[in-house]
Amino acid sequence: MTDKNGFFDLSRTGLTRRTALKGLAAGAGLAVAPGFVRYSQAQSSAPIKIGFQSHRTGIGAAYGRWYERTTAAAVKAINDAGGINGRPVEVIIEDDGTDPGRGAEVVGKFATQHKTDIVYGTLFSHVVIGSAPAAGEAKMPYFVVSEGHHVASTKLNRYVFQPGITDVKSQIQAMAPWIAANAGKKVTQIFPDFAFGYDHRDYLPPALKAQGAEVIAQIAIPPTESSFTKYFPQIPAETEVIYHVMVGPAVLTFVKELGEFYGSNRPQLFGFIDSLEATDINSPGLEFLDGSHFWEGSPRYAQPDDSAAQKAYRAAVGIDDNGAAVGDPKDVSTAAHMFGCWETLYVVKKAMEDAGYKGPEDRAKLVEATEALTEFAEGPEHPQGPKTFNGKIHQCFGIQNISKVEGGRLNVVHKTKIEDGLYEPEGDYTTQAL
Amino acid sequence: MAFGPHLLLAALEGLVTAAVLALTALGLSLVFGVMRVVNVAHGEFFMLGAVLAWAISTAISGHAALGFLAALVLAPLIVGLIALVAERLVLRRLNYNPEATIVATIGMLYIIQQLALTFYGPEARPVEPPFSYRILLPWFGYSGYKLSIIAASALLLVATWFVLTRTKIGLVMRATQYDSETAQAFGIPVDRVYAGVFALGAMLAAVAAVLIVPISQAHYLMGQDPLLLSFIVVIIGGLGSLRGTVVAAVLIGLSDGIISVFFSPTLAKIIATLLVAMVLVFRPQGLFGTASR
Repeated sequence: MTDKNGFFDLSRTGLTRRTALKGLAAGAGLAVAPGFVRYSQAQSSAPIKIGFQSHRTGIGAAYGRWYERTTAAAVKAINDAGGINGRPVEVIIEDDGTDPGRGAEVVGKFATQHKTDIVYGTLFSHVVIGSAPAAGEAKMPYFVVSEGHHVASTKLNRYVFQPGITDVKSQIQAMAPWIAANAGKKVTQIFPDFAFGYDHRDYLPPALKAQGAEVIAQIAIPPTESSFTKYFPQIPAETEVIYHVMVGPAVLTFVKELGEFYGSNRPQLFGFIDSLEATDINSPGLEFLDGSHFWEGSPRYAQPDDSAAQKAYRAAVGIDDNGAAVGDPKDVSTAAHMFGCWETLYVVKKAMEDAGYKGPEDRAKLVEATEALTEFAEGPEHPQGPKTFNGKIHQCFGIQNISKVEGGRLNVVHKTKIEDGLYEPEGDYTTQAL
Repeated sequence: MAFGPHLLLAALEGLVTAAVLALTALGLSLVFGVMRVVNVAHGEFFMLGAVLAWAISTAISGHAALGFLAALVLAPLIVGLIALVAERLVLRRLNYNPEATIVATIGMLYIIQQLALTFYGPEARPVEPPFSYRILLPWFGYSGYKLSIIAASALLLVATWFVLTRTKIGLVMRATQYDSETAQAFGIPVDRVYAGVFALGAMLAAVAAVLIVPISQAHYLMGQDPLLLSFIVVIIGGLGSLRGTVVAAVLIGLSDGIISVFFSPTLAKIIATLLVAMVLVFRPQGLFGTASR
């Protein structure tokens, strides 16, 4: 490398030892400032610290923002009602960049630097899978709101829980009968080429087969793809239903190109709303979705039969009847998933109270107390609906909604039962050492 | 689907990719050719073009075409202005030192990207196409707007070629590219040429983004793929060669379209990367580049 102008020559750019030391000192000061030694009171009144691993940047950023808003609303409600075990809850947020490597670092940072009581919050399956070993190693309870089957598969470790949102395998199993009976028997799947997509690839065919329907083609699409027309010729002509699960920013293109390809003469469409979270259903190009069906964890649009708890939850988080931020109709929420943050925090509260949780030394007790939980009743703490919890696989099971796009909104047309989504456990976390 | 229509679809898709790629890569190639600056932030100018197109088209009410046309004119101008400021504030102060400018443009990449995240947000937002005519072929439907992208891009490429080879501005730019010191000795304001070229390069990326945004969406991370593909095109075509850039863009675009339709998109990327390696080994100056003096 030639350095004719001396940019890398310290003596020529006037960087002396003194200025370098000053810079180092300032940098160290900045790094130490937030989050440290802020609470020096006795532990009894010190807040319970929850490390929130948030997708602030990267492809999950839209989810991250709404997960943060829901978390803030839930923590406010919990603190207003006296906190957990009489102690206030404090949330410390670190950005994981929607990246597995960074996610593991963030868990480490919570354990060693912020010394949080638990870590919580993340969505994207690859981040959860990447972070779980770090949580297990630090013996740090790690509560995720991820939807993937990885927790329930018992392939992670004893410290990872998913008590606030049903996993994909259960969702698929619960919805397959409806798809086979109402949409069609010959299904083509389009899914992203990574962990979350593989859950769909692996669990839909057997679930449909049990209902007398079949998957006739499976099309995996790389997560960074930005144009989809080239994949559509692979869709067999006899397809009756296109089952699509897409995540990431390119989904609008996907729908638009599907519309251009098929026109009005299209197969039935069944999709996971994951594709369109934080996206206005009335965006240009999405007219093609009119009349199609979506899975929703919790309905985005207010429904006529919403419970009082659901209404109170929506008001607390700050979303209007269309599922957008109050005061900004363009700021559409991730309603189908973010309820899981609210419910997970209440599960943490319940488990900490059951365990008589005092501090990090009680983390093992917290794990056991969480595993001992069996069901969550519908109500202000669980506004999405009732759930059961299987402590052996650390996974909860709730109801699912199937919604139809009509008149520019999503109307719930079918609700599954909890039993529809139950399956044989694939393992048992409680046999692992703490 | 039968082989014929399948191939037609693949070729159409490939041509759209190639059209946008040619414009973006040309911007990168110009900046390197004239200034010897590897602009790592090039993809972010592309992203800025798309984001501004969204902002402009939503600010203007009325027919969708009105907002789009305004975006097509204004977005590149604004991006050019931003590039000009960046050039004055950063690159010039580094004396266009090749190593230092790489580091500086990496910094610019992150600054622009994070500013977009802060002020524009993490969502992918759509821009309405100026018209939405669906061409109905016997086997499948195809977007009329996509075909118009190919035409618009071809027009812009011809215009750029005309400016570079038939006007005084082009002559000055070519002189600077050929030998900047001699050019300066002959009274060419090399400094201003650099500023203009950097802005022009960014504007080409921005125009490409405005064209593609109605079929894609504006998103703050959208600049990464075009950057990578532009580098591939520029290396294969030869740095600083307009003809090479266009030929390489069509080659990469078409092969990407056809290979990913018939085989897999991953294979298309593998082959493109392999091609880069081959070119670097056997013809380091690129297919149409001239060996460095």
